[in-house]
Amino acid sequence: MAQKVAITGNEAVALAMKQINPDVVAAYPITPQTEIVQIFSTYVNNGLIDTEFVTVESEHSAMSATVGAASAGARAMTATSANGLALMWEIVYIAASNRLPIVMPVVNRALSGPINIHCDHSDAMGARDSGWIQLWSENTQEAYDNMIQAVRLAENPNVQLPVMVCMDGFIISHAMENAEVLPDEVVREFIGDYTPQKTLLDKENPVTAGPLAFTDSYFEFKRAQAEAMIQAKPYVLEVAREYAKVSGREYGLFETYKLEDAEVGIVVLGSTAGTAKNVVDKLRGQGFKAGLLKPRVFRPFPAEELATALGHLKALAVMDRADSFNAFSGPLFAEITAAMYDSGAQTKIVNYIYGLGGRDVGLGDIEKVYGHLARIAESGKVDQRLNYLGVRE
Amino acid sequence: MANLRELSKEDLFLSSGHRMCAGCIAPVVVRMMSMAAAGRNVVVGNATGCLEVATTIYPYTAWKCSWVHNAFENAAATISGVEAAYKALRRKGKVKDDYKFIAFGGDGGTYDIGLQSLSGAMERGHDMVYVCYDNGAYMNTGIQRSGATPKFADTTTSPAGKVVPGKTQWRKDLTAIMVAHNIPYAAQVAPGHWNDFITKGAKAIDVDGPAFINALAPCPRGWRYDTADGIEMCRLAVDTCIWPLYEVVNGEWKLTYKPKQKRPVADFLKAQGRFRHLTDEMIQEFQAQVDRDWEALLKRCGEA
Ligand SMILES: Cc1ncc(C[n+]2csc(CCOP(=O)(O)OP(=O)(O)O)c2C)c(N)n1
Repeated sequence: MAQKVAITGNEAVALAMKQINPDVVAAYPITPQTEIVQIFSTYVNNGLIDTEFVTVESEHSAMSATVGAASAGARAMTATSANGLALMWEIVYIAASNRLPIVMPVVNRALSGPINIHCDHSDAMGARDSGWIQLWSENTQEAYDNMIQAVRLAENPNVQLPVMVCMDGFIISHAMENAEVLPDEVVREFIGDYTPQKTLLDKENPVTAGPLAFTDSYFEFKRAQAEAMIQAKPYVLEVAREYAKVSGREYGLFETYKLEDAEVGIVVLGSTAGTAKNVVDKLRGQGFKAGLLKPRVFRPFPAEELATALGHLKALAVMDRADSFNAFSGPLFAEITAAMYDSGAQTKIVNYIYGLGGRDVGLGDIEKVYGHLARIAESGKVDQRLNYLGVRE
Repeated sequence: MANLRELSKEDLFLSSGHRMCAGCIAPVVVRMMSMAAAGRNVVVGNATGCLEVATTIYPYTAWKCSWVHNAFENAAATISGVEAAYKALRRKGKVKDDYKFIAFGGDGGTYDIGLQSLSGAMERGHDMVYVCYDNGAYMNTGIQRSGATPKFADTTTSPAGKVVPGKTQWRKDLTAIMVAHNIPYAAQVAPGHWNDFITKGAKAIDVDGPAFINALAPCPRGWRYDTADGIEMCRLAVDTCIWPLYEVVNGEWKLTYKPKQKRPVADFLKAQGRFRHLTDEMIQEFQAQVDRDWEALLKRCGEA
């Protein structure tokens, strides 16, 4: 029987890791992820699981040891935030290139500088082109559910890619919420036993992992990797369908909220979607046709599906909790507008950069965005593409 | 210890035809470790560097055992992950055979950029051997100075110029740094003394816990000597006491070879193009430092 519990995001992720019982976890503490490794270490040291827990001296070594463990056929995991992910950067790419099915919760926090421990998406967005699948979570429940689905997705022989499970630092990681957790056996059965396709620990079949690839082969490796990501989408959905059978909770590439008949809408990742849904309800009560789309799967990027879901809108605001510092837009905006252009949609689109370094985003802020969209819908003109929300100028 | 003829018949985990430069001693270091590991299943980790790039040009590999390369500075962390996987999978009954884990890194990947990763792995106590093949510079990128480069050496980033005569700093004593991690086994070896090398290699592999071996690996391109003279360079380094052979077992220092007659450092320095610009004064300074280090080592080993 599934169980309803009051639990924080970090506790839920640590619990998911306990239920997954990975062979190896190599991790290093960083706020707001720290609790995950703390809680996990109590599971290990109290004998509740038999994971080999490697208390590395840095995140660079965390990812390195995780890559080593996964290459040796282990179900291997790590977890991090912000600067930790940045320190891993070099090896994050290698993990994907080597097609290692590593699962890594990323508790989203602003990248330095200035140093700041609070939520934004600059960490995971910085790794958006590293070749990892990215699953984003709105709340504790989704973080937990994404963790369990991530294992099965990463290890699918047709996917064989690492997966990042993103959840907002503090807002999700440290907030107590009600969530439904699955019994251990259900998780164990859902993820199944892991049989690696290749392992360093098979003396009959030695492997050379991580060779030098020159101009005559590097591109083919990259093309194969690109293809794996292109082909991953149906498996994300397949795993979600299977997960719905055991959990009763449905997941797709994204979630829409009152979007079908909406005239204006916003796209927003993570916990802010929860706030925005309240605003949508309020505006709907006033007869204003507002809607929302919350991406769950950012990698692979579901371009056609997003364009189809959003193409009928008169005006759309894409909210980015990270800046690209490209004097143009945030990362989510750039990709959504590319997808919309490609589909021929006539939607007017603006970008809002918001919530950097944990800056609070209230109902009033989101209402302002919808107000802006109403003006654009009426005039048919975008007055200002790039907007910053809730910042002193 | 088997004799050399028997050892040469061993099926070594690094094959010939590996594409390292003619006269390079790094593959000799690897093959001696392979002789030391005879009869065991080995997984090798390799830091980026000459050894890694030359032996695994896709789609070829010179490695007959399982081998993993991740990046430059993380061979120790990577192999520690492999070792952790082995422990977990053994415990769960998913791996049945015994395995030993050996990481190889150049001096750049070990003394410098990989020192943190190595220190972490040693401190955590993984059952592994880390072998530094010390050729005294970043050879793969074209002979840049490292923390292992001897003072005065002419390298491409410490060129012997009109004002600055090559590298201005002494080498870092990495073996002592590793000993300070209180690991059960650390040793310094040179392939010229193959028996000493292989004996220590086997001890390192069999000891329970982390072991470190610092292996001298002369490089004909970087040191500028004739390709045939690599082993002679090793002997000169040992007999001048520039590269003493010793081991530290559970904190006990032991000299494993004492030259009957200590040769002057000039014999080593003058045999190599990288020291061609040295004045007599510089050679004297070098000699004085080597003498001090040697005396200190003798004391540590209870020989003085
Ligand atoms: C993070 C990083 N920095 C720099 C390099 C470039 N690089 C590759 S090999 C190498 C030098 C290796 O020197 P060493 O470890 O002494 O081994 P050798 O090549 O001498 O065998 C350098 C600087 C790299 N691959 N990765």
